[in-house]
Amino acid sequence: MTTENLTMAKAINEGLRGAMEKDSKVMLIGEDIGKLGGVFRVTDGLQKDFGELRVVDAPLAESGIVGAAVGLAMRGYRPVCEIQFDGFVYPAFDQIVSQVAKQHARSGGVYKMALVIRIPFEGGIGAIEHHSESPESYFAHTAGLRVYSPTNAYDAYWMIQEAIASDDPVIFCEPKSRYWEKAEVDRETPARPATEAQIRRAGSDVTVVTYGASVKTCLRAAQAAEGEGRQLEVIDLRSISPVDYPTLAASVEKTGRVIVVSEAPPVASVAGDIAATLSEMCFYSLRAPIVRVSGYHVPYPPSRIEEEYLPNVDRILDAVDRVMEFES
Amino acid sequence: MDEVPMIQLLNPEGERVSNSEYESSLTPSEILGLYRDMAIIRRLCNEATSLQRQGQLALWAPVQGQEAAQIGAGHALAANDFSFPSYREHGIAWKRGVPPLDWLRLFRGVTMGGWDPVKYRHSNPTIVIGNQALNAVGYAMGIQRDAADEAVMTFFGDGGSSQGDIHEACVFAGVFNAPVVFFIQNNHWAISEPTIRQTRIPLFHRASGYGFPGVRVDGNDVLAVYEVTKRALDNARSGNGPSLIEAFTYRMGAHTTSDDPTRYRLEAELETWRLRDPLERVKSYLVRSHNEQQSTFDDIAAEADQMALDLREGLLSLPDPAPLSMFDHVYAEPHPFIEAGRRELIDLGFGGDA
Ligand SMILES: Cc1ncc(C[n+]2csc(CCOP(=O)(O)OP(=O)(O)O)c2C)c(N)n1
Ligand SMILES: [Mg+2]
Repeated sequence: MTTENLTMAKAINEGLRGAMEKDSKVMLIGEDIGKLGGVFRVTDGLQKDFGELRVVDAPLAESGIVGAAVGLAMRGYRPVCEIQFDGFVYPAFDQIVSQVAKQHARSGGVYKMALVIRIPFEGGIGAIEHHSESPESYFAHTAGLRVYSPTNAYDAYWMIQEAIASDDPVIFCEPKSRYWEKAEVDRETPARPATEAQIRRAGSDVTVVTYGASVKTCLRAAQAAEGEGRQLEVIDLRSISPVDYPTLAASVEKTGRVIVVSEAPPVASVAGDIAATLSEMCFYSLRAPIVRVSGYHVPYPPSRIEEEYLPNVDRILDAVDRVMEFES
Repeated sequence: MDEVPMIQLLNPEGERVSNSEYESSLTPSEILGLYRDMAIIRRLCNEATSLQRQGQLALWAPVQGQEAAQIGAGHALAANDFSFPSYREHGIAWKRGVPPLDWLRLFRGVTMGGWDPVKYRHSNPTIVIGNQALNAVGYAMGIQRDAADEAVMTFFGDGGSSQGDIHEACVFAGVFNAPVVFFIQNNHWAISEPTIRQTRIPLFHRASGYGFPGVRVDGNDVLAVYEVTKRALDNARSGNGPSLIEAFTYRMGAHTTSDDPTRYRLEAELETWRLRDPLERVKSYLVRSHNEQQSTFDDIAAEADQMALDLREGLLSLPDPAPLSMFDHVYAEPHPFIEAGRRELIDLGFGGDA
């Protein structure tokens, strides 16, 4: 057995290293990713080992980073872009939605946009403005992009390699509040494909659909709910686009009740879309309206009150109460 | 790129040097005033750094090394002018009269802003690199339409100079002859990346591509920064359009309290710049040429110490915002989504009159 106990940050680092060793076309580009190893040290040591042509400290310009990655992809490279924080992806938004997402369709499949855009996302780390946002809904809303989000070191190690190997562009959302959590990483047994949601805890009363940092929060809520005699089934999406609806629907058919949990604001969001789709798919199995637990329709608040903004165990249990109130 | 001549009126040894284009217009007592400004900024900034170390601030971006660039530029702003900072411009905030405690609010995580930007004619910090420059140009276009006797100055760094927003801001400013001054603090680093990662030419040369003047000034020489900035603002106010100033300076500290500069830069470089300290040269000058007494400097240090103490006390007694305040001011007009969120938080027991 070749398992190792790694933080998620280190697991992504090892995944990047593995992908670079396997394929000489894989290269990294971003701000401060060279000597510094990125502000979260996810690329630590890679420039030293692979050189400045493969690990590029870019000028401070996100549109430049992503736009150049598009051109590199056209030449057959597999660039992995690092956006330093979620709130700094917007200068690149135009390149992402206008070029990254559409070049394959526009060129009739000639150009493979085999690039990855890594974004440390979500909050909960006591940071200042623009460092705690959840932009994934913008990207999930855009056809042509895949959106993945690992939630533990083992998945992260394998999912980053899967994203890099994919011929589609992947927005790779890394829940930064979980970077330092450790898990066993088995380097010989690949994780399930990113497009398969994973049931993290089985239960028969309520299906809890979640992703990102909220997965851990939901598992804590499930533990607390057990004390009250309620069994929550916690499903980690892993892929936000596409969503593994067959797995979700199978669970809903069993439980008849659904909560969708994520940090993002609720309006026109991934969570809202999942709720709508599951109501369509599982209408006859549902015993209660689908409830969302999310951030609020406000700018991410100052860190001293982020606790009250983020989905927490209490709010999740409150939602459980609400869906359980409906008699079957 | 370091060999390019720059405007200097006071050399690192504290000797006045003459320049063919600029002359210092400041009296010794005004110069002492600028020294005081710089000493206070440095002291308050150190206090903020230690407050962060003690867990009282989420983050702090130190200004050490850049005091002359900021105090010189800030001193040149007229009361009616408007400034658009990035996140490190504590010296400009000081010159605009923003109370020091207000600079810290954002870094403590109790607000997104910190002060009334119109009251001080100084915008709240902009953290997304480059955004503010375009906003500054738009503000300047408004001044043009009002035929007002005002100018705008916006601040960004060597790293910021790479952003598309900065390019667009310069294009707009040039095309519309907007009364705006682009003030670049080239402090040699953008977190871990040296200036060579952002440009092949001295940054002030870029101005000519946009059709307006650019100048490099010794950013550690407060006399020169003041004169160069004053002229640029005067030009803007009198209809002569935009200009760009590159203040050549150095970030003596870490990028922020989260940063570890030993991973990417050499101690020797720091040493070189220590010899060019912006405060020391003014002090030498005042002592040698104007017989200023050590007691004057001691008094300033004591005053700064007291202000640091007040700042600490003020910060420690800052209340956390009420959770419901996250819904305040999101929209100017009533919005049902806000009401729904507020109601939900109240129902969860977070204040209000549920
Ligand atoms: C659009 C954007 N991208 C990335 C960042 C993260 N970041 C914060 S400061 C910084 C470096 C800025 O360097 P510079 O413009 O030279 O200013 P300095 O910090 O030296 O004052 C970076 C990359 C950001 N704030 N905004
Ligand atoms: Mg800089």
